[in-house]
Amino acid sequence: MSGCALVTGGSKGIGAATALSLADLGHAVAIVYRADADAAASVVAQIEAQGGTALAVQADLAEAAAADRVFDVVEEQLGEVSVLVNNAGTRADGLAMALTDAQWEQVLNLNLAAAFRCSRRALRRMVRARHGRIVNVASVIAFRGNPGQVNYAAAKAGMLAMTRTTAMEVARRGVTVNAVAPGFIPTALTEDVDPEMVKNFIPARRVGTPEEVAACIRFLASDAASYVTGTALTVDGGLSA
Amino acid sequence: MSETKTREEITEGICDALASFGPDRDQVTLDATLADLDIDSLDLVELAQIVDEQYGVRLEAIDLKDVETVGQAIDVVIAKRERTLAGQA
Repeated sequence: MSGCALVTGGSKGIGAATALSLADLGHAVAIVYRADADAAASVVAQIEAQGGTALAVQADLAEAAAADRVFDVVEEQLGEVSVLVNNAGTRADGLAMALTDAQWEQVLNLNLAAAFRCSRRALRRMVRARHGRIVNVASVIAFRGNPGQVNYAAAKAGMLAMTRTTAMEVARRGVTVNAVAPGFIPTALTEDVDPEMVKNFIPARRVGTPEEVAACIRFLASDAASYVTGTALTVDGGLSA
Repeated sequence: MSETKTREEITEGICDALASFGPDRDQVTLDATLADLDIDSLDLVELAQIVDEQYGVRLEAIDLKDVETVGQAIDVVIAKRERTLAGQA
């Protein structure tokens, strides 16, 4: 498998499962993490134990210069990035009328602006290479309202718009840009939500797993998805059906 | 930045780059228009990358705003390269 994969927010949850799955697909994998070095090291160790190659890079991608710095390190150590998974995300919930600028910016900066900056950097090489895969991890909240998450919903809906537009811009260069839209997946980001409470609203009557989302990302990142671009694959047990 | 590139080498390099975007190499003449060659905005962004990498010239969108032909594009690159080299001297 040529080129490496870069997974933002790769130390836990969906990002960690994705990193492991892409390593299994044959990619060297760079994991970008913000705070939990032990978790990132654990993912790297798991990949290496399977015979793969992995690298953990610490960065706060909410900072404007961080994406370029991360890519500089990854390209130097693992080569060009042929698969980018924009997974890093955060929440800062509040009703719209009470949401602070800081809460708005925190979520938009990481969930949307960082994905844009990483994509912009990755596309420069992907376009020249006439091949590349970008997968944006959005959310079913992009399709529907969710009181208390105006910033999160706006960021994820923006991510889908960015996915479609970027996909159209680079499709003729063999680069695909897609999104997955997970429903309720128990991770650190949702640890304040009771899975037992939400599963009654899900047609499948259960919550999803990070591995089920990772399987969809793996497909979109693979050669099998070469004619799939500009779309969002929901992974939500029927929640948004 | 290498100062040893000749005008002919830069012309050849830019024509090769434009040909890599689709048109036959023999269609890429100095008088050919970018429109006739079906060179679009994505191609120009990629051309700017190539020019930066090969000749150390940072093209901005405004630099190519009024460019219609291949020859004009090459003139813009060479002129900007000379300004850049003069600035480094």
